[in-house]
Amino acid sequence: MQWYEIIGVVMIVTGAFFLFLGALGVIRMPDVYNRMQAGTKATTLGALSLIMGVGVYHPAWFFKTGIISLFILLTNPVSSNALARAAHNSGVPLIEESVVDKYAEDKEEIKKEMES
Amino acid sequence: MSSILIIVLSLVSLATLLATIRIIQGPTIPDRAVGLDTATTITTAMIVLFSQIFHRAIYLDIALVYAVLAFLGVIAISRYLEGGM
Amino acid sequence: MRVIISTFVLFVIWVILTQSFDPQELITGFIVAFIVSMISPAIAGEKTGKWFQPKRYIYLIVYLFYFIWQMIKSNIDVAKRVISPKLPIKPGIVKVKTKLKTNAAKLALANSITLTPGTLTVDIVGDEFYIHWIDVGNCDDVHRNCQEIAEGFEKYLEVIFE
Repeated sequence: MQWYEIIGVVMIVTGAFFLFLGALGVIRMPDVYNRMQAGTKATTLGALSLIMGVGVYHPAWFFKTGIISLFILLTNPVSSNALARAAHNSGVPLIEESVVDKYAEDKEEIKKEMES
Repeated sequence: MSSILIIVLSLVSLATLLATIRIIQGPTIPDRAVGLDTATTITTAMIVLFSQIFHRAIYLDIALVYAVLAFLGVIAISRYLEGGM
Repeated sequence: MRVIISTFVLFVIWVILTQSFDPQELITGFIVAFIVSMISPAIAGEKTGKWFQPKRYIYLIVYLFYFIWQMIKSNIDVAKRVISPKLPIKPGIVKVKTKLKTNAAKLALANSITLTPGTLTVDIVGDEFYIHWIDVGNCDDVHRNCQEIAEGFEKYLEVIFE
């Protein structure tokens, strides 16, 4: 095996591990927002690491895997952001241990600002 | 190499299964959407993994298109939940 | 000028995607890129001078490394929380003011916040970010201490996008 193949395999295994952790977090966390935290962060790094690992293993594919991972890096936070806002606006509450919810406190003002 | 790939593939499939459990069980609709978002990201990574297993570069294009469509789908779901559609 | 810049950017993306230097492909790509940038020159932004300042690109590269380091840290953090059987969380939504002005900078900041330890952007209203934080425990005075979420990124993004 070449040295870059070993790096690629290590990256693939790390990526798969983080993908698994992300899915486990989605199952274990108590409410939507915390699930989103685990789901977004761990799966983004996991997918990036796995895809770039394949790119490092086959140097000819490097640019294409780079494009795919760049796309995932740009779009994944955006979609979780949109989902979080949709969840809050459709009335899903935070769990009871939550300390503070500034967004719910300011919601009236935001609505007025949007209308004006 | 192939034994490592089998382990990786089973880990990733288990992750998809966990996300699917969240889609089935999730108490609210945003919960299910979060499960779907996670599952699509994992599936994109899985398609790239298949291109490694079968040595076909064409699967990379499929992964790219799949990522675009999954992103649009999640955005559409969240717009719909907000009542903006 | 805006048309030229966005044509160039789109053409580079085309070449990376097709991965061939066949003249037919290159000519088709150039024509498509030119038509798209005629229709929507907004890709290049309002002030085209920004594209020619090398300082921005140097900061972008430094920022990328800083960002990847933060992302690895955040994932170790998430992994610890998920694996530990007691689930040590104390969540809440806090408000953070930013001094960034342009939309591109705000988008980059929101994405960076989402991918770094324990924070998730919920909404942006004007220059205020509403952020879901998984562990608010160390943030007693909510208005003052929470600025630290954004500050690390702001000093890079200010140079890159403003």
